[in-house]
Amino acid sequence: MVEMTDMINATINGVPVEVAPGTTILDAARKVHVKIPTLCKHPDLEATGACGICIVKVQNTGKMLRSCCTPLDEGMDILTETPEIVEVRRGVLELTLSRHPNECLTCLRNQNCELQALAADFGMTTSELPNIVPDLPLDTSTKSIVLDPRKCILCGRCITVCQQHQNVWALSFLNRGFKTRIAAAGDIPLADSPCVRCGQCSAHCPTGAIVEYDETVAVWNKLQDPEAYCVVQIAPAVRVAVGEAFGFPIGANLTGKIYASLRRMGFKAVFDTNFGADLTIMEEASEFKSRLLEGTGALPLITSCCPGWVDFMEKFHGDMIDHFSSCKSPHEMVGALSKTYYAEKMGIDPAKIFVVSVMPCTAKKSEIIRSKEMSSSGYQDVDVSLTTREFARMIKQSGIDFVTIPDEQPDHMLGAYTGAGTIFGATGGVMEAALRTAHYYVTGHDAPRVDFEMTRGLEGVKEGKLNVAGKEIRVAVAHGLANVEQVLEKVRAAREAGEELPYHFIEVMACAGGCVGGGGQPYGATNELRAKRAAGLYQEDQAGLWRCSHHNPYIKELYSEFLGEIGGHKAHDLLHTGYQVLPEYKR
Amino acid sequence: MTMSEDTALDDVESEVEEAPEDEIVVLAQKWKKKRGSLIMALHELQGRLGYVPRESAMKLGREMGIPLANIYEVLTFYNYFKLESPGKYIISVCTGTACHIKGSPKLLHGIENELGIKEGESTPDGEYHLQGVRCLGCCGLAPLASVNGKVYGKQDVTDAHGLLENVKRDEPMHVAAESADAE
Repeated sequence: MVEMTDMINATINGVPVEVAPGTTILDAARKVHVKIPTLCKHPDLEATGACGICIVKVQNTGKMLRSCCTPLDEGMDILTETPEIVEVRRGVLELTLSRHPNECLTCLRNQNCELQALAADFGMTTSELPNIVPDLPLDTSTKSIVLDPRKCILCGRCITVCQQHQNVWALSFLNRGFKTRIAAAGDIPLADSPCVRCGQCSAHCPTGAIVEYDETVAVWNKLQDPEAYCVVQIAPAVRVAVGEAFGFPIGANLTGKIYASLRRMGFKAVFDTNFGADLTIMEEASEFKSRLLEGTGALPLITSCCPGWVDFMEKFHGDMIDHFSSCKSPHEMVGALSKTYYAEKMGIDPAKIFVVSVMPCTAKKSEIIRSKEMSSSGYQDVDVSLTTREFARMIKQSGIDFVTIPDEQPDHMLGAYTGAGTIFGATGGVMEAALRTAHYYVTGHDAPRVDFEMTRGLEGVKEGKLNVAGKEIRVAVAHGLANVEQVLEKVRAAREAGEELPYHFIEVMACAGGCVGGGGQPYGATNELRAKRAAGLYQEDQAGLWRCSHHNPYIKELYSEFLGEIGGHKAHDLLHTGYQVLPEYKR
Repeated sequence: MTMSEDTALDDVESEVEEAPEDEIVVLAQKWKKKRGSLIMALHELQGRLGYVPRESAMKLGREMGIPLANIYEVLTFYNYFKLESPGKYIISVCTGTACHIKGSPKLLHGIENELGIKEGESTPDGEYHLQGVRCLGCCGLAPLASVNGKVYGKQDVTDAHGLLENVKRDEPMHVAAESADAE
């Protein structure tokens, strides 16, 4: 319903501006090309007004207000840049810097830090204040995310995203005043808290207080080891995000450059997780078909590619275990096949193969050791999982001119993929890919149109239905863990009332936007940016030769030469896993 | 927090034992329905145990449907709540404005030196717990300390030793919780 409301008219630095009621002064200023500095405010998150750097002066009243959380009022005459205002902002910065360690040169956020950028913008070269940094220990317990509370500026972004957007409640402020600090819930190690390692805290942190657990050194060392046979795979969402670290337009698909760079780094084979995504679909669509037609398992079937979601389900929704697809996530499948199928075919000792996966994700770092099934090859299937951010740093460390390097191809055996594999990186993509192949499995032919638009876009929960061979299939897609609850509640309510199930198939991704907005992706994600990254994936799908996983000739070859039947014994051993109920708190 | 609750528990007098689990269930039932009543529930819990052990906070959280993160935000925000077992003598030195002017920081330091602990800590033998608290509401007696609810007013801030001697001589009751107006 669109209701006509009176627009708000005001001036900012003398420039007239007209905005809808409720628009903040900060957003109104952007509209007239006035940049107000911000620190605690992230465009993706609700304002908390914690830092005070975005103050502006309302001439009419003489008041100084925080522009991030003050709506523009009719007739306001706003000034954003006077010596008085700048002086207050410098004061805020000086106080913030006075309790922030001067460790920029050795910090992972060096040259990519919002606080550092502001200090440079404001020319904070001297300070009257002593530098007093609280003596707080590092928390590396998750081996996925590192918490360094000394570098925390108490903006509260991580808490907002962890509590409100992800509904995990692993992080909170403790104490108050000067003693305020960020900590895991209950002041225990993060690994013992409900943390699901989604890494959204790290992706939203303005400083180096929460970062990915950096494993680039371990990978460099292996690449130098003459005994090691290093192979690598890249996730769908990495290809449309890593370019942001090199000045490419948001969403630019740089797959060929990534392959070329990885070879130059010394990887002996370059695979693509998109191949694993196609394989996941072969197994998962088959699982769906047999649950739907033969009643071999619980419906709705729920996707399991996202390790943050798997962890969340095991901790908070243990009653849904039966609904989970037993399929491993795509990078685990490629890992397992690297040390079996590829090793056999190439005559390489699997003990020497070192599998690195480049993921948009911090949770993948924990997934690779989550259970014994992650060592189905007889070795740990994926040895190290890097985030997109770590990968971007490795390119910069390697003397590769990423901007000009010519495209290369992957090693096709585990690297050729279809558009269905590519779209795994966006919310709804797994569902769409699965529906394409499930349609084929159920009817024996491809759907006349393989675009299932109902699964696309950034709506928190998407629902849709389609008709397959006279049968109505109802699906739901949720992303951002706080959105999961309502979908599962519908399922539970129907189950208890003995009513028809609301859905047959549910896709969940832990991060908003899916993997394109993953916790290991470049900083600054907003819905606008997520949409652009996703568009990069959908473009590739649209332009591709093959758009359904079951059309991938290398997948067919894999089954005929090695795996045997879809969902068969060997596939089960290498490509499937199980789940267990986990306690919310480990102690 | 480094101290293990288990060890701390062993050092405490027998009347300060952890409440049986079902007591927490009853407590949660009582407060669950009233919005914003977490503080009241925690008050009651601390009143019974002398402090709020993590296990009890987790249990209360589960029963009330409140994340532990929320409970710890509250527990650590207010000085009044204790996460570790307090000592036999809970010494609260007032650091409110009037007492501050009258030199209470000096008294606090003196006691810290006498006991070899910092504010907010307990002696290893579990005998003393020292804390600074905001106004105790009897500024006319500044500077003052309260020990297990008994007020020691108009103290000589240079004589922490004397205060501790008086406390020992008085042998106050082993009261687990202080009055709620300490915060």
